[in-house]
Amino acid sequence: MLSIRNIVKQYAGHTALSDVSLEVNRGQIFGLLGPNGAGKTSLIRIVNQITAPDAGEVYFNGEKLNQSHIDRIGYLPEERGLYKKMEIGEQMIYLARLKGLSRAESIRRLKIWFEKLGMDTWWKMKIEELSKGMQQKAQFVATVLHEPDLIILDEPFTGFDPVNAEVIKDEILELNRKGATILFSTHRMESVEELCDAIALLDKSKKILDGKISDIKDTYRNNIYLVEYTGDRVSANSLEPFELLDESAGHNNSYSIRIKLKQGSTSNDVLQYLIPKARINMLQEVIPSMNEIFIEQVNKIA
Amino acid sequence: MNKILLIIQREYITRVRKKSFIIMTLLVPALFAAMFAIIAYVANDKDQTIHIVNVIDKSGNFKNRFTDQKFIKYNYLTQSLVAAKANLKNDDDLILNIPANPKDTAVLFAKKKTTLSLADNIQGQMNDIATGVSLVKAGIDTASLHKIKSNIIIKSNEITDAGEKSTNMAATYTLSFAGAILIYMSLFIYGAQVMRGVIEEKTSRIVEVIVSSVRPFQLMMGKIIGVGLVGLTQFVLWITLSAGIGYLLGNNASVVHNTIFKFVHSLGANAAYELSCFFFYWITGFLFYSALFAAVGSAVDSETETQQFMFPITLPLLFTYILSVSYLFMIPDSNLAFWLSVIPFTAPVAMMVRVPFGVPGWQMAISMTLMIAGFIFTTYIASRIYRVGILMYGKKASYKELAKWFFYKE
Repeated sequence: MLSIRNIVKQYAGHTALSDVSLEVNRGQIFGLLGPNGAGKTSLIRIVNQITAPDAGEVYFNGEKLNQSHIDRIGYLPEERGLYKKMEIGEQMIYLARLKGLSRAESIRRLKIWFEKLGMDTWWKMKIEELSKGMQQKAQFVATVLHEPDLIILDEPFTGFDPVNAEVIKDEILELNRKGATILFSTHRMESVEELCDAIALLDKSKKILDGKISDIKDTYRNNIYLVEYTGDRVSANSLEPFELLDESAGHNNSYSIRIKLKQGSTSNDVLQYLIPKARINMLQEVIPSMNEIFIEQVNKIA
Repeated sequence: MNKILLIIQREYITRVRKKSFIIMTLLVPALFAAMFAIIAYVANDKDQTIHIVNVIDKSGNFKNRFTDQKFIKYNYLTQSLVAAKANLKNDDDLILNIPANPKDTAVLFAKKKTTLSLADNIQGQMNDIATGVSLVKAGIDTASLHKIKSNIIIKSNEITDAGEKSTNMAATYTLSFAGAILIYMSLFIYGAQVMRGVIEEKTSRIVEVIVSSVRPFQLMMGKIIGVGLVGLTQFVLWITLSAGIGYLLGNNASVVHNTIFKFVHSLGANAAYELSCFFFYWITGFLFYSALFAAVGSAVDSETETQQFMFPITLPLLFTYILSVSYLFMIPDSNLAFWLSVIPFTAPVAMMVRVPFGVPGWQMAISMTLMIAGFIFTTYIASRIYRVGILMYGKKASYKELAKWFFYKE
């Protein structure tokens, strides 16, 4: 769907992107992660053809990115804004027509969206009369009205209250189900694990990690398990198939321990070792969250 | 291409719908009407006061020799000055005390300040009378002198290919001034509108959404052309409304009708030529300057930061304007006038000063060609600064910075 190959972008004095390559597959929700200043917005602007890369190429549906693709992309920038003095309805129609929709068609689609998001009464209102959250909602509609194949959202959830953030998240998921590919950038990791199929992690103009979330997590599994049992405290000796990392006592003779499997042993070995000694309440693999991976990776480089 | 039309349409419609546009469009013809109403009022005979000059002539040379005029009547008193002063009732009446000795000064007394023209008139008559009396005393036959006294009035005629035609110097000057002032003001007003539009898009951050749909160049040109059309609309409405009001007033008051008729007549067959020159320099001048204004708008984050860039842009305009209204109109054929009217920075204003006096065809051709080349050039420079500037937030731009932007690749 979107293939970004060896992009380099330099501004006077600093490098925004150095040799960044990414593959976004059709139908994916792709998260572009990284701390502020990592180069996310620079990359997004290149995909939107707002700026051009110094080196490297972008392919859209197998074709080299060109002006004809503009109407197939919807873009919600991080810094949001609309004409303050213009009526919402007219403004939405204007933006949709810039993306190639006819006036009649944009009105038809707008009516549907306005009804869906409870914006029916806004049509004649001016942007300056709306709250910030309402403006963002309107801008989201403007981004997706022309039913783009690729929706690019730069920090989509900033500025929304939790209720509206949920509404927008549901809309993003629905658009994705209908076939839109979604590329969004964020530095908020919770949303990544909930939404994304794949991610790329940028830091200091370089890509330091990318792939499917499940694959990434697999590579970061480190055989750590959390076990909870009731019974006498199992004291450690060198025979057990794991190393004890830490343990804490709960009430009613229950204990919870964090363990790391020894080389060659599995979770089954752990159970076999513990079952004769105590009643097992829970055994769970501890998979690092994206947040932990993110912080670990960024720190490793710094 | 279709998208640039959409942008022009939006820029045009949102501006034309504004209250300020409608008010300005109506206000100017209203001022125009008021101006003619004042002319009509001033020119109306009935309203002018009649001054009665009470002459106390101690020399005896002036008695019954003053000629009554429309607004100045003479009356001869035999009373003393003191008595005459006491008897003076009407505020508009005056006392003229002429002493016995011609070397003493004659004094004009009045309850209000006398106007210069009134005193001038009386003085002129007194001199004529005194000269006449002296001539008679010297034994010169005044009758034959009157016969040979010439009365010369210069009437200026212009020789053109079409034959001679009379020139109305006043109308030519008026036109020369009016053209220069109108161009100067509209370049500022509409250029600043372009700049403000760019700043608005930048500060509201909508620009990033729009340049993901259109090229920055399209956005800039759309705005410039849209604002330009607004300006043209305003001028066409002003001219039409003013002409309409003038026509209506003219039907009611023959004086106003005559004033307008005389003025329009004095423009003569050249009106169409002068008007098309005006529109040519208006349009090219606007395109030339508004591109620069757009570049300035893209380089700043708010209107208050525009000062440092505005100054060098407005300086040549201001310079030509001041020169034009103070000096240039007296020497429309000089070398200075020629150079100012071919350099695109100053040409729109300087050429408007020259056009009513007639400009040689080849000079016109050079000026117009340079104007067109000039606006293409400024548009090119501006668009390269603009495309970078609109996406630069919170960075204070210097001239060095602007030069860097110019050389950025896409």
